[in-house]
Amino acid sequence: MSIDHAPPDISPVSSLPRSPAPPRKDPELVPLAAVAGRRSRVPRWVRRTSGPLLLLALWQVLSGTGALPAGILAAPGTIARVAVDLVADGSLPSAMAVSLQRVAVGLLLGLVVGVGLALVSGLFRVGEDLVDASVQMLRTVPFVGLIPLFIIWFGIGEAPKVAIITMGVMFPLYLNVYAGIRGVDAQLIEAGESLGLSRWGLVRHVVLPGALPGAMTGLRYSLGIAWLALVFAEQVNADAGIGYLMVQARDFLRTDVIVVCLIVYAFLGLLADFAVRTLERLLLQWRPTFTGR
Amino acid sequence: MATDLHRTVTPSGPEPAGDPTTDTPVDTAAKADQERPAAVRVQGLSRVFDGRRVLDDLDLEIAPGEFVALLGRSGCGKSTLLRILAGLDREISGTALVPRRKAVAFQAPRLMPWKRVWRNVLLGLDGSSADRARAERALEEVGLGERAGAWPKTLSGGEAQRASLARALVREPDLLLLDEPFGALDALTRIKAQHLVGEVWQRHGCAVLLVTHDVEEAVLLADRVLVMDGGVIAHEVDVALERPRSLTDPRFAALRAGLLERLGVDTSAAA
Ligand SMILES: Nc1ncnc2c1ncn2[C@@H]1O[C@H](COP(=O)(O)OP(=O)(O)OP(=O)(O)O)[C@@H](O)[C@H]1O
Ligand SMILES: [Mg+2]
Repeated sequence: MSIDHAPPDISPVSSLPRSPAPPRKDPELVPLAAVAGRRSRVPRWVRRTSGPLLLLALWQVLSGTGALPAGILAAPGTIARVAVDLVADGSLPSAMAVSLQRVAVGLLLGLVVGVGLALVSGLFRVGEDLVDASVQMLRTVPFVGLIPLFIIWFGIGEAPKVAIITMGVMFPLYLNVYAGIRGVDAQLIEAGESLGLSRWGLVRHVVLPGALPGAMTGLRYSLGIAWLALVFAEQVNADAGIGYLMVQARDFLRTDVIVVCLIVYAFLGLLADFAVRTLERLLLQWRPTFTGR
Repeated sequence: MATDLHRTVTPSGPEPAGDPTTDTPVDTAAKADQERPAAVRVQGLSRVFDGRRVLDDLDLEIAPGEFVALLGRSGCGKSTLLRILAGLDREISGTALVPRRKAVAFQAPRLMPWKRVWRNVLLGLDGSSADRARAERALEEVGLGERAGAWPKTLSGGEAQRASLARALVREPDLLLLDEPFGALDALTRIKAQHLVGEVWQRHGCAVLLVTHDVEEAVLLADRVLVMDGGVIAHEVDVALERPRSLTDPRFAALRAGLLERLGVDTSAAA
């Protein structure tokens, strides 16, 4: 069988007619704004507070027009007045003092236990084998579910409340510090060894600073959880504190007092977040990371 | 410069039982001291990774103050040897004697990002002698005196590499181990860094083992060039050219061509 070849297409590739060179167009130049000029027009803290303030204004407008009845949610103005009263008669400051103390003690205990355990299992393989499995198991237990047990164990005084906060705080700290330690670059460890650092020197100069970013993340998580745990703990069997104030207000249908308490919680949370941010700025300034535009 | 203190890199791994060539370290050390002085003395060194003998009965001697370059194709075990000499890998058999005072500069600068440059330089030195002025002198030597207070993240690649060199030099080592320290630098910075290492070596008089891929660099800097293959030093060349050396010297080109041939690069086309 023969294959017929199609005659090769040898028609001359007609060369494109040479068009005259297009007239040269000079590009339009645009100025590049200097970053320094664009920045810091408005101070950072003003920008950060403008969001919440806008929300507040919207709320006041809704209340003022009657779209939001006072029985559902009191107007910001009313709430401000109630807040002033609560401060004046001393009930809010004393409640805050009690609550703050609970958080501080719980946080401190959780910090000691969480970071301590993370160091043991992060630095030593034996420690990891002993500690990590148990902690991983325990952390899946919802800590709020432990409240009844803690009341039976510790009674109804300060102990169960502090214990709940400690439980809530220690796990995120443990996980992040542990991950931070294990995430330290092995090449840096080796460099430290080659420089003659002792075992303790390696921990102090290489491992712990390397774990610091993780630890700060853990601290943030645990601060958030600390307030959450506080709310739970104080609504059970408390006779002082912000949570107690809220329970009382609920019994008298005082939405304004409840909102004041919520605002206090939020405010304290913000304050804590600010503290951690400041700490991060001081401790992690060496980090070559993206800081946002 | 005499290397007085010798220390054995003791094997900690599985040692081949009844290997007659493996002397006890103490015996070798005693014997070695009666011989001529050396900055490195390695005998019958082996290192096995997963049943593969990467170093196989390797012998190596480096005289005090000698500049030795180590060439070899990728994966032949150069870094492994260097890490052993640095005391970072103890799973060896055979004997390796190295000075107590030795320092390493790696391919990546490996500065601790959380320490300012001068603190990086002093890392691992004991407190009494480690003050900022000493770090600044070392940084001055590599042309970085002004960046002593900077964070490592603000250094350029070449600057970071020089800081790493300063960190090695501040220890006044008897043996300086360099693992492709210029590998990641651009051509121009690389030439400057090579000159710097040459100068520093002449000033300090320490023995240097430079691992490199660059034959030209080896011939430019070293007293002796070693080629590693099959887990041993397969070939060595004395570079008897007076310094400073010129790339255009015909003897230089001949040495270079010979080494390239040893490394399995066909130079006939280029020559
Ligand atoms: N930790 C390890 N585990 C298993 N094998 C390893 C290990 N380290 C190195 N090797 C192997 O040993 C061999 C030698 O590695 P080495 O890093 O010494 O090579 P090299 O000569 O420095 O190569 P290059 O020039 O590419 O840096 C390689 O084949 C490598 O895969
Ligand atoms: Mg290598």
